[in-house]
Amino acid sequence: MNSVIHGTPRRATVLWATLIFATLLTWGMGVLGATGKGAIALLAVISFWKGAVIILDFMALRHAPLLWRVLTLGWMVLVWAVIAIAYIKGLPQ
Amino acid sequence: MPRLAGDLAIWFFILAELLAFGVFFAAYAFTRANNIELFDAEQAALNRNAGALNTVLLLTASYFVVRAVQAAELRLSHACARWLLAAIACGAGFLIVKVFEYSAAFEHNISLSSSPFHMFYLSLTFFHFMHVILGMVILIAMWNGARRGRYSPDDMNGLETGAAYWHMVDLVWLVLFPLVYVIH
Repeated sequence: MNSVIHGTPRRATVLWATLIFATLLTWGMGVLGATGKGAIALLAVISFWKGAVIILDFMALRHAPLLWRVLTLGWMVLVWAVIAIAYIKGLPQ
Repeated sequence: MPRLAGDLAIWFFILAELLAFGVFFAAYAFTRANNIELFDAEQAALNRNAGALNTVLLLTASYFVVRAVQAAELRLSHACARWLLAAIACGAGFLIVKVFEYSAAFEHNISLSSSPFHMFYLSLTFFHFMHVILGMVILIAMWNGARRGRYSPDDMNGLETGAAYWHMVDLVWLVLFPLVYVIH
């Protein structure tokens, strides 16, 4: 029998609610027209946090060998680093 | 004892998918850096509400998939099937919203060749759209299995493997939505 690694319904429900709240925050930043380095930093942090919840809890990689967390969370970090570099490159000099 | 949920092969597949989407995201970001005004103007015409609604639908589908896996861990086959059906409904909702978004875009003569932004918008979101369709096929197959009582704590592999794929589709959208619909 496999070890139980998928958490409790209560934890999943709380995480889902916070994910929805974070989505509303991102949407609100779009509606308000938030722009600039601060806005992109906040969007990156929100997106990374949401991704970390999916990776660690929903995909249950919290219970996987460390390598899989490094590869998936590392992907999030790398993608957002590249997006941030490109964004800064495009700012008016 | 650490344990990777699902088949090892799906995780290599997920890494390959993340890499492909990552290259796509980088190409978008650097093309935008050289066409700021065009990208910002055309992004402003996108339906951000539809993008946000689709984020909620994908996250909720992922949550329902987690509940399905948790139900299977407790040998609750019928509950597992019901959660999967709810996830399928959310996935279908995503596809319907996207079809409306695409039809509105085509009415405005937006195409792959109309501008660099539209090329990325259509190709990136359609590439993801195809992944959602495959995810739906997998969810339907899992729902069928759950209805027949196929999953239990002794046999979680098929369910966990399909769930991991679905979560990957969600994970990619969590970057795509702010990148294409919000950042300007």
